[in-house]
Amino acid sequence: MGWSGRGVALVLVAGVAVAACGEPDGPADAAPSSVAVRGCDPESPLVPAHTGESCGGQVVDQLFSKLIRYDPDTAEPVFEIAESIESDDNQTWVITLRPGWTFHDGQEITAHSFVDAWNWAAYAPNGAMNSRFFQPIEGYADLQPDGARRGTEITPDMVSRTEMSGLRVDDDLTFTVTLAQPEAAFPLRLGYAAFSPLPQRFFDDPESFGDAPVGSGPFEFVEWVRGSAITLRAYDGYRGDTQPQIDEVIFKIYQDDTAAYSDLQADNLDIMPYLPSSALADGAYISDLGDRFVQRDSLVVSKVTFAPEEVDPSVADPRLRQAISMAIDREAIIASIFHGTREPATGWVAPGVEGYQTNACGEYCTFQPEQARALLAAAGGYDETLTLTYNADGENKPWVDATCNSISNTLGVECVGVPVPDFGAFRSKINARKVGGMFRNVWQADYPSIESFLGPVYGTGATYNDADYSDPEFDRLIDEAAGSKGDDAIAAYQHAEQSLAQGMPSIPLWYMSTVAGYSTRISDVKITPFQTVDLLSVTLR
Amino acid sequence: MRPRPVWAALRRRPAFLIGLALLLVLVAMALVPGLFTARDPAFCDVALSRRGPTAGAPFGYSLQGCDLYARVVYGTRASMVVGVCATAAVVVIGGLVGLVAGYAGGWVDAVLSRLADVFFGIPLLLGALVVLVAFPSDGSTPAWQTTAKVVLALTVLGWTTLARITRSTAIQVKQADYVLAARSLGSGHTRILARHVLPSAVGPVLAWATIAVGMFIAVEATLSFIGIGLQPPVVSWGIEIAEAQPYIRQSPHMLLFPSAFLSLTVLAFVLIGDASRAALDPRTRR
Amino acid sequence: MRRYVVRRLAQAVPVVVGATFLVYAMMWSLPGDPLAGRCDGPCPEAYVDRMTAAYNLADPLIVQYGKYMANLVTGDFGVTFAGAPVADELLQRLPVTLQLAALAVAVELILGVAAGVVAALRPGGVIDHLVLSSTLLVMAIPVFVAALLAQTVLGVHLGWFPITSDGSIGSLILPAIVLGSLSTAFVARLMRSSLIEGMYADHVRTAVAKGLSRRRVVTAHGVRNSLVPVVTLVGTDFGSLLGGAVVIEMIFNINGLGTLVLRSIRGGEIGTVTAVVTLLVLAFVLVNLAIDLIYPLLDPRIRLG
Repeated sequence: MGWSGRGVALVLVAGVAVAACGEPDGPADAAPSSVAVRGCDPESPLVPAHTGESCGGQVVDQLFSKLIRYDPDTAEPVFEIAESIESDDNQTWVITLRPGWTFHDGQEITAHSFVDAWNWAAYAPNGAMNSRFFQPIEGYADLQPDGARRGTEITPDMVSRTEMSGLRVDDDLTFTVTLAQPEAAFPLRLGYAAFSPLPQRFFDDPESFGDAPVGSGPFEFVEWVRGSAITLRAYDGYRGDTQPQIDEVIFKIYQDDTAAYSDLQADNLDIMPYLPSSALADGAYISDLGDRFVQRDSLVVSKVTFAPEEVDPSVADPRLRQAISMAIDREAIIASIFHGTREPATGWVAPGVEGYQTNACGEYCTFQPEQARALLAAAGGYDETLTLTYNADGENKPWVDATCNSISNTLGVECVGVPVPDFGAFRSKINARKVGGMFRNVWQADYPSIESFLGPVYGTGATYNDADYSDPEFDRLIDEAAGSKGDDAIAAYQHAEQSLAQGMPSIPLWYMSTVAGYSTRISDVKITPFQTVDLLSVTLR
Repeated sequence: MRPRPVWAALRRRPAFLIGLALLLVLVAMALVPGLFTARDPAFCDVALSRRGPTAGAPFGYSLQGCDLYARVVYGTRASMVVGVCATAAVVVIGGLVGLVAGYAGGWVDAVLSRLADVFFGIPLLLGALVVLVAFPSDGSTPAWQTTAKVVLALTVLGWTTLARITRSTAIQVKQADYVLAARSLGSGHTRILARHVLPSAVGPVLAWATIAVGMFIAVEATLSFIGIGLQPPVVSWGIEIAEAQPYIRQSPHMLLFPSAFLSLTVLAFVLIGDASRAALDPRTRR
Repeated sequence: MRRYVVRRLAQAVPVVVGATFLVYAMMWSLPGDPLAGRCDGPCPEAYVDRMTAAYNLADPLIVQYGKYMANLVTGDFGVTFAGAPVADELLQRLPVTLQLAALAVAVELILGVAAGVVAALRPGGVIDHLVLSSTLLVMAIPVFVAALLAQTVLGVHLGWFPITSDGSIGSLILPAIVLGSLSTAFVARLMRSSLIEGMYADHVRTAVAKGLSRRRVVTAHGVRNSLVPVVTLVGTDFGSLLGGAVVIEMIFNINGLGTLVLRSIRGGEIGTVTAVVTLLVLAFVLVNLAIDLIYPLLDPRIRLG
């Protein structure tokens, strides 16, 4: 036994010791007016055209300003960069910008910043996830390949143009948008992140832009430590009517809700945009946080949609669909699984938009065990196993199981939840029309308008018509609404919504609401109707 | 070593008797759960969600409002099936490999031992994780397939310890006088393996296997808890515990009862295994 | 000595290669097309090409594995399916898991050896029975159940420990105790039996006969000799420790390799899963190799050759 043996041992021990000293970054000493918001890992680079999920979305929303923004209290649109948005015929819209707005790198925002960004996002070969938002604009189809499916690589030779014919720059601060067909609510769409202007820097190198984005919003990008934190600071040159009251925002990335909640209680985290079940159950958060929480209904309807008749004829009978809807005890599920943070849905349009009506679905959306059984018998019963397909990467299993149990217990029909590992796979199965029975379908309004809950989802051949629903009467009412203004339009939309109860393409389950919690360090926390926290109104105590 | 004195020694150990009694109850639950509860474990009423223990439901209700007692009782079967099947498979595969390696010696032993080393180099839980990721199951996979995959994962990674035990027994026995005598009298290898080597391996194998059943049950519950082991509609303690986790503060009963049953089951096997190992060990039988 | 080290190293090589190859083959080859289900519908060609190049999927399995390991040795852990390098997050998390494992081993050795020695001082006594029965109980409670119970009782109700980890050493103590509990029980029992047996060894009897106190003999002679099987046990048990770390990290929300591997499993990131599991398998084999090499330090009677 010579020195070498001992040497080996010492080296190993030293190795462990060194490793043990490698402290991970603790909570950084934050600036006094810095606010820590619970974040999660963005799935894609921080580019408005690519970001479709909430992890990246809540960051992108702060970094980019838009033509309009939605008032956090009323969801009413207010002009942000736009000076005016005007049209005589609801088809040709002239948009004028306020002068003097700049990107975070100092470049001025002009009409080109918008038109180029929109064309880039709509141009299919760029593969932008949010390309669909530009569909109403004339000439959008020229930037899309014919009949191409999502997921296949789209090459420039598959599309005929690179710019939409409906976009025209008039001068530095004015541009004109021509729509494919008249749409009164078009300006309402423009507050969505996909419509943000983009600086020259983006077009120079779109690939790396998303790692250090340059926007024009109230906060500018500082750094993104993957898996750990995204830091933003207030932008001095922000020209919006409301200025941020805080100097810095840190999106602290947590994998686990419970851990984030513990940190919130310990004041290590300032804002948690939604609270986990463990905190909501039995109102634990009320005793934990006192009055430091806000609750807000959001523009979201949770539904289960029936597979199109060609895919699964067994669930095509409207009476069967109504029976299933009446077999679901929404109140009990909301009380037990969601701890009261949902509202039973009585229609297909969420509350909070103009034209919302209660009981559009009538008795078909209430729990009526007797009638449900009678309707099932009238429809000839159901001998197969009813499936409810959902994506397993959200917190869906508990309510899916509860819903299935409710259906089984009431109707005596066998019902099972079928998980698909992630949302992407789930959607692509639905888009390929490979899902039978029923499937989860959550519809979040892209903009606060009754129209966005109806036409795009249930119109014949509409983009998001997963049920392939087709009812001439519904289509007629939607067309009638699109062509009229004011109360006439609203009334027509309401009739269209009521007509859905006859064909029952989907079962409305509940309207979502969000409960956000905050620390003792801050106040004036507001949730927008889009389930995000409005960081412009947050103040330090 | 004759079975009779071992049994006599075991009978005097209270730990063994407690373990045996526990085990008998659990086996009965696994075989005829209907004897213990009249409730249907699959019937769940969400209105009863997370209710605590009451007269009709001694363990209370789960998040979905299922009777926890019924679910725990029915969950025994899945755990037992996985534990027993995995152990049986391990005993057959590991036992055979070990016996052949030890008895044959030479290059056969070298090859088999290196092979065992390779598998031994992969920690059981991590390896099982990898196997189950390679063969994923979900709610639509038939129950027997889900269970079989978990058994497969445990077997693939778990057989090496047993192979080591039987190999060393085989090496010892091979050199014993009576075996050498039998060889010289012209007995074939198969006969010697079956008549002499195998019987002397039974004791240590049994002792290890009993504890292994408990160990495999614990690993199965862990995998199910993580969400990649057994899948609903199979009723499993690990899944119940996972479902209870977010509600530890509000509804501890949801965590407590499945955990207690899981621990008692493992305890039963540990007690029996520990006692029989002690009884079989000549040094402790003073 | 040097020959011994070289021979042990040479023996470890096939184990390392075999074990890591098994893991690699199971992850990349068994389920069929590893890229299936990665994209909405069929994957874009450019993407398939990029992944095929990144993981050499066009090569035969054995070549893929060879290239993968060659990259691994140079610190290239591959890329995730989204194209980000695996190494960034992996190296950031590795120290956390190492700390947790090191703490757990410390708990095993300190608590386990102490309990074993105390029990062996008076075999059959009250303390001995207490140690024997409590270790049985610990052996019966699966690690994840123990973790949930400890978190609930010691964290939530009594507030003695943080419920989840913020990455500091202090917040790793409770997780480490739970993680080490099973091995602690084994160590205590082994220490006890090996001390009791050692009591009858000639040199100990001689020492007692020479008038040394029993206590002194046990501590001076017995413990040191009994450490050899104990250290071996810690080595073989290091595997279950690493496996347990996965669950412990999940329950206590520790940002280590365990939570990374679980997240990757759920997200289908087999590149990351392979890298982490390979790394842990390497750690396991190396720890056992190291233990073989430090035997002579613990027991002079062991001669390497």
